Amino acid sequence: MTTATSHAPRAAAGRPAAARRRPVPWGRAGAWALLVLAILVTVLPFYWVLRTSLSTNGALAASSGSLFPAEFSLGAFKRVFGLQTASEAIAEGGSGAAIDFWVYLRNSVLFASITTAGAVFFSAMAAYAFARLRWRGRNLVFSLFLGTMLVPPIFTALPNFLLIKNLGLLNSMLGLVLPYVFMTPFAIFFLRQFFLNMSREVEEAAMLDGAKHLRIFFQIILPNAAAPIATLALLTFIGQWNEYFWPLLVTTEPDARVLQVGLGVFKSQSPQGAPDWSGLMAATLVSALPVLILFAAFGKKIVNSIGFSGIK
Amino acid sequence: MMTTTTASGAPARRAPGRASRSTPSGAETPRRARPFGGDFKVAMLFIAPAMIGFVAFFLVPTLRGIYLSFTEYSILGDPEWVGAKNYATLAKDPLFWNALGVTAQYVVINIALQTVLALGIALLMDRVARSTLIRGTLLLPYLMSNVIAALLWFWMLDYQIGIVNQLIEGLGLPRVAFFGSEAWAIPTQALINTWRHMGYTALLIFAGLQAIPRHVYEVANLDGASPFQTFRKITLPLLRPVLVLVLVVTVIGSFQVFDTVAVTTGGGPVNATRVIQYYIVQKAFTESDFGYASAIAVILFLILALVAFIQMKFLKGNESDLD
Repeated sequence: MTTATSHAPRAAAGRPAAARRRPVPWGRAGAWALLVLAILVTVLPFYWVLRTSLSTNGALAASSGSLFPAEFSLGAFKRVFGLQTASEAIAEGGSGAAIDFWVYLRNSVLFASITTAGAVFFSAMAAYAFARLRWRGRNLVFSLFLGTMLVPPIFTALPNFLLIKNLGLLNSMLGLVLPYVFMTPFAIFFLRQFFLNMSREVEEAAMLDGAKHLRIFFQIILPNAAAPIATLALLTFIGQWNEYFWPLLVTTEPDARVLQVGLGVFKSQSPQGAPDWSGLMAATLVSALPVLILFAAFGKKIVNSIGFSGIK
Repeated sequence: MMTTTTASGAPARRAPGRASRSTPSGAETPRRARPFGGDFKVAMLFIAPAMIGFVAFFLVPTLRGIYLSFTEYSILGDPEWVGAKNYATLAKDPLFWNALGVTAQYVVINIALQTVLALGIALLMDRVARSTLIRGTLLLPYLMSNVIAALLWFWMLDYQIGIVNQLIEGLGLPRVAFFGSEAWAIPTQALINTWRHMGYTALLIFAGLQAIPRHVYEVANLDGASPFQTFRKITLPLLRPVLVLVLVVTVIGSFQVFDTVAVTTGGGPVNATRVIQYYIVQKAFTESDFGYASAIAVILFLILALVAFIQMKFLKGNESDLD
């Protein structure tokens, strides 16, 4: 608890009122203990995934409680990346079935990138029309767009599946991407808020110089909104990377699967009774990696966006 | 301590900085110049791509979904109009009522756990630790996909060699079949979801806590209010709009639980985790009964609309006590 108490004065300095309200340091120590508990519950599962992925299946059963990798091995990662032959994999407790990890990875990267780029760009265009242009029916159209946020995804997923099927786009990247690539209601809503708050002066000056809307949009609006657009792209990418339901519906062939769906398959591939735990955890870790990297790089941006996106 | 340098903070905060950056000619420009009069054509151009997406993938599917719910449609052939038959069948379908009950159970456990824990964590963040690092760490599970959260806990809660059951046994208690017993299957799904959403919800509430003016606390303090009294009489009431919003978002999200169930239990054991959305997918894709599946989806839609309406109306989520 020594570390906990040493933090206390710094935190208290920011909030004199809080410090006065809690004169007993026991309360503060208890609060820190609870917070540490919450952090442990959050973080330890991730460690457990890492520890399991570096173990061998044989040793896992024997020393299931050990804090460190049971019989350290990179075999699980080799299995995930397809670097093991079927017989090697089976010997280490894998299913031996081929896992098209690289194909899944490629599909996930394409799916998340294309939908993010499209949705953010087209939503920015629409947000410009909603925030900076004056036209009849603007508010009505905007509330219609917002209204789609209330429709549960499962409701539109069934007809959308039929549409994609009738277009012959099942198991294709185009079919995966189409429902997301034109806009997301949230993106329009989010960007409109920022565009509304931008000063009109620069824009109007450019207009007197004869600049057209397209130039204003590209040369003034977009550069000035770079920060919120980056935040939005980040949030959209993470959301799309994690998307499971829609890809599950429209892809049945391994070639078209994204990672999240592939992971589910990986689990069910394992023969009953003795799942390939270390392989599964290695695959889980690798699929989480892109988000973890984004988080390490832009964590602050993500954290600070929560209050905004949620409340207003 | 926490430098909110990113622009994504509050939009209002950006305004002053912007204004000082005006061009020299900006001062003479008349506000709201005429060019903004009728931009209809330009607006249509800018809105065109989003409009295609809206019409093709939101508006038409919504209407088509309602239409399909009045038809019999097995993907092959054309939908056949059957009136309200699907709804009549639905009313007598024990599996539908089971799905509704199971989902309700999930929603209740989830909301109770998640809201209480998140409120606690938010208070802790507000009182003792306001560092972005801690907040970021607590947000981490939310950034993982449902599939990853499900698989991670599927392993940790394994009956044979899962670490949680090791710990339970270490305490001298009997092992728990978290996914295998009918009694535990739904609470387990709710626990996984709570783990994933706890930090996110806490951050939303934390943002609400920060909006409460400090002087309100100082007054209460001078009046000799105990911390508990302050929490009950000041914090909680002033937090109400945020709490209502959080409740609406969590309830609506929880009713649509699917991913974790699909990855771990697949609706089982028996019917213990066949939640509404899972049942819809089964009807549509396993039994090729799109009409019936659409009818269930319409019911789900109505439930969610009702929930949102009730929560906003009776908990007055859109009114603040601060004024």
